[in-house]
Amino acid sequence: MCEDCGCGLPGEKSVGISTHPHTHAHDHGHPHHHDQDHGHSHGESGNPHEHAEGHEHRRTLEVRRSILDKNDRLAERNRGFFRARGLLVLNVLSSPGSGKTTLLRETIRRLGNRLRTGVIVGDLATDNDARRLGEAGAAAVQITTGTVCHLEAEMVARALKQLDLTGVGLLAIENVGNLVCPASYDLGEDLRVVLLSVTEGEDKPLKYPPLFQSAGVAVVTKMDLAQACDYDRDTALANLRRVAANAPVFEISAKTGQGMDAWCDFLVQQHQTLKTRDPLG
Amino acid sequence: MQSALSQALDQARQAGAGRVHEIRLRIGALSGVVPEALQFAFEALSDGTPAEGGRLTIEHVPARFWCATCKREFEAIRLFTECPECHNPSGELRAGRELELASLEVD
Repeated sequence: MCEDCGCGLPGEKSVGISTHPHTHAHDHGHPHHHDQDHGHSHGESGNPHEHAEGHEHRRTLEVRRSILDKNDRLAERNRGFFRARGLLVLNVLSSPGSGKTTLLRETIRRLGNRLRTGVIVGDLATDNDARRLGEAGAAAVQITTGTVCHLEAEMVARALKQLDLTGVGLLAIENVGNLVCPASYDLGEDLRVVLLSVTEGEDKPLKYPPLFQSAGVAVVTKMDLAQACDYDRDTALANLRRVAANAPVFEISAKTGQGMDAWCDFLVQQHQTLKTRDPLG
Repeated sequence: MQSALSQALDQARQAGAGRVHEIRLRIGALSGVVPEALQFAFEALSDGTPAEGGRLTIEHVPARFWCATCKREFEAIRLFTECPECHNPSGELRAGRELELASLEVD
């Protein structure tokens, strides 16, 4: 259940995971591996409590523990796995329709064998995105979250079991389109990539500061539409700077290819840095 | 809220407590959490648990950044990272992402 917006109340359907290996043509007879064991514990509710009536000894219990302690620990476990494999891992975040899938599709296509890419895609329903990315040449796994509006470290850990990582150097995790809740959940990534499309308005970063503030990299997408929607570049960049002061900004059109070379070079260079930093890689 | 409540109930049970009268959380301004949503979820989820009828108290933690130019910490205005003195943006968040179960009132 989400800490933020009340989604995922107990009793709702569980998270599903389906694989899209790039090697096979996609037909509708492909096997879906729907993992039924639900990782969340909803066990507390409905628990009958013994309560000695009539006597009350009120006391304070100091806890001081992070609510997302469990997720944070699982994220660290993921991070250890990624490190050991020498994977550069991106957590790609934006509102729905900002162009996450299109950016990833172009990135996968352009990187090709230079840096082989695997993807984990989160959506509430359908495996359309994993199929699109699988067709672009990536090993792809879809997580369907049911009603949950963000990915959690545990879902990623389960999806990893379904993903063939042979030869893969870059793992892109496409989060559920949402500018609020995913900000709180570490997945074990190296880099948070936050997208802002020119069609969304220049003040998006100011409206959703927690998510933009957590960005390691900001990508302005759909630059080909900048003129059509009177995109004010200076204002948008200034706003990004105000909430995400240290994040490098890439301005991209996946459609025309504008900025794609710089973006792909950046990823390759990040992957190299990771390898030199970590002798395991 | 489910994990906050689960943690609270676990702690109460371990301490041998019967009822949970109050759950106190510390929520940072940049945590991404909407306090009103937490209140709503708390009421929905605590029904039928030892925390039913209890109170959820939220302590707000403002976002604080470190300004490397002025060498001082400042409280962010409208969550912007810029220093109110020198107007340089800061990349160093010192507080504001808290999402913490602080304490419980039990018997």
